[in-house]
Amino acid sequence: MRHLLSIGDLSKAEIEAILDRAESFAEVGRRDIKKVPTLRGRTVVTLFYEASTRTSSSFELAAKRLSADLVSVKAAGSSVDKGESLKDTVATLSAYDPAAIVLRHPYAGAAQLVAEWADAAVVNAGDGKHEHPSQALLDVYTLRRRLGSLEGKRIWIVGDVLHSRVARSNLIAFRQMGAELTVCGPPALIPRGLEQLGCAVEHSLERLGEAEAIYALRLQHERMSESFVPSLREYAAHFQIDSRRLGRRQLLMHPGPVNRGVELSGEVIDSPQSLIAEQVASGLVVRMAILYELLASRDSEPAPVAGNGRHATPIGQPA
Amino acid sequence: MSETRLEMRAGESADVVLRGATVLDPVAGIDAPHDVVVRDGRIAELAAPASASASADGLEEIDATGLHAFPAFFDPHVHLRVPGQEHKEDIETGSRSAAAGGYCGVLAMANTAPPVSTPADVEALLADARASASVRTGFLATVTAAMQGEELTEMASLRDAGAAGFSDDGLPLRSARILRRALQYQRLCGGTIALHEEDPELSGAGVMHEGPVSAALGLEGVPSISESTTIARDAAIAGYEQARIHVQHLSAAESVEAVRAAKAAGVRITCEASPHHLCLTDEAVRSLDPRRHKMNPPLRSEADRQALIAGLLDGTIDCIATDHAPHAAEEKEVPFEQAAMGVTGLETAFAALHTHLVLPGTIELGLLVEKLSAGAEPFGVERPSLAPGSEANVALCDLAATWTVGEDGYESRSSNSWCAGEQLTGRVQMTLAGGQIAYRLRSFSMGVAA
Repeated sequence: MRHLLSIGDLSKAEIEAILDRAESFAEVGRRDIKKVPTLRGRTVVTLFYEASTRTSSSFELAAKRLSADLVSVKAAGSSVDKGESLKDTVATLSAYDPAAIVLRHPYAGAAQLVAEWADAAVVNAGDGKHEHPSQALLDVYTLRRRLGSLEGKRIWIVGDVLHSRVARSNLIAFRQMGAELTVCGPPALIPRGLEQLGCAVEHSLERLGEAEAIYALRLQHERMSESFVPSLREYAAHFQIDSRRLGRRQLLMHPGPVNRGVELSGEVIDSPQSLIAEQVASGLVVRMAILYELLASRDSEPAPVAGNGRHATPIGQPA
Repeated sequence: MSETRLEMRAGESADVVLRGATVLDPVAGIDAPHDVVVRDGRIAELAAPASASASADGLEEIDATGLHAFPAFFDPHVHLRVPGQEHKEDIETGSRSAAAGGYCGVLAMANTAPPVSTPADVEALLADARASASVRTGFLATVTAAMQGEELTEMASLRDAGAAGFSDDGLPLRSARILRRALQYQRLCGGTIALHEEDPELSGAGVMHEGPVSAALGLEGVPSISESTTIARDAAIAGYEQARIHVQHLSAAESVEAVRAAKAAGVRITCEASPHHLCLTDEAVRSLDPRRHKMNPPLRSEADRQALIAGLLDGTIDCIATDHAPHAAEEKEVPFEQAAMGVTGLETAFAALHTHLVLPGTIELGLLVEKLSAGAEPFGVERPSLAPGSEANVALCDLAATWTVGEDGYESRSSNSWCAGEQLTGRVQMTLAGGQIAYRLRSFSMGVAA
């Protein structure tokens, strides 16, 4: 794996390899000293053009736990504010010879462009409404821990799919792992032609009971002014997951941040079925696994010279 | 095709004989090998192969054996970016690009910076064309002042200054009232009104066709009905005013149907389609490469592409126009949603359509040739012809030549070709425009016939 740009680039086996690696990092996380020297002397740049709490902090901590040197750049307050183009910003940061660039950008395809321009491994940490592959991996990881396999499991993704990169990446990842997907939301917030991505489309929660897991999406307040839905109240009346709608055996997920009382009621967020806090914890170990996979695993090594017998550094060993 | 509203650089009239060319001019009913004798910039004679006595007349001999001579092409929809955006293109580079594509004439759109809205603007552009254009170049003026969509330009004065027609291309005319007033005024001043058809309310911030691909990419879609509903509205207005309109760059099946219905109802309407809409679909946008695949209207579905081809075949679509839209590298080296709309097309139109539509047998070569030069007529310009006595406007093409787009750079100042890197079959070897030799492919050897 050279870059992580789209979840669709990964086979089921590749996804499982990353998740297995994440399990081993979860074990490291239970030690007193949670740091491993794998990426010592290498540099990870996080470049965030959008506000982010979970994704940026977990990638930063993941890099530190792997002993990488970390440069965190936020667009606000940087040369981006002065009108520097993405290409020039990447050229500037490339001067530090980073091993990886983790990019969050408001527009689709930005990570792919950076991968063309930079020598570093590029991680797409969210590009516009397009993809968020590390979120999909941590969600599969979280769900796998609870359900074992996702094969044949029914998952409902509920809410504003149109504006959600999480929905798109998770749809691909959950299907890749064998789950059956249903997408549900108000008609104007379900993109036309979505069913051709291999999911069922519903506009009512009537059959929500069939789901083993429910993945709720954030509804942004500005959607009301654009008439995607008439009001938050009406949205909540039809699509909010509350204790009445959430069955005892159903698992509940959400990428955060939650609009309490809009897409989820307060009581389900705090219910035992809620995996929301686990998702955040998974985020750290899965992102460690992603950086490991890109920078330290056998696959990401430069092709060895024939016969010199180079091997990847084992986990937890000095590089 | 000598038109006062179109200008080009004065130069030496061509005196050549294209020896043994396969001459194909479907409109003139010519399809046979000939020696094409061009004397003093006019088609003097279509002689039997190897019969014309050239050397005695002092004509340049060109061995055109195995090559095809077509009436040169005419593009009623290009962006030459003058005035104000000369970093993208200018009249010299744009017309050279046209000549390299086998074109003898182009009409430039008025959405420049500032827009072409005054008689002085048009006069200055025509003067520039007289100084620097390799092919006959005309200029449309905007329908509304400064393209604001609110007040009409001085259309009659603009026509007197030489405007070839009117268009706010780049933007639709939002107001039905303004369109109606312009069409009423057309009775006084003439000049076809070319319409960029789109309902901004439906297009929103869309950057590609709305469908399964936009759903997968998370890009905001432009629904097909954004175009077709506006065409239906404007055709009804034109029919009511018995006015003359030309619909630009049709992209959707519903639009073809709307034009077909308007023609059946007797509306004086013509329309065009672009090579990229005839060759590509929204599947290409999965590249997320705005340099090749971002334009307005967007690449649409395969069903839409097939509807455009059907429209060419049944005559609903009158002509092919490139919508040649050059942009500088930095305007395209950004994420898809941020990039400028538009692709270049003059240098590749014939080769791409020959490769994508003629070679697979979708359309006949004759139909392609006819549609590539038919864009003159909607604007009252005489159509290029190879009939003896006509001004020499000839595209000499090698239908077997394969080449990779961009391998030798471009004549255009910009490189945002929709088929950059693609291998095409068929290449323009030489272009005669306005009676002059406008272009020779550098590697095309000018062998002296034995």
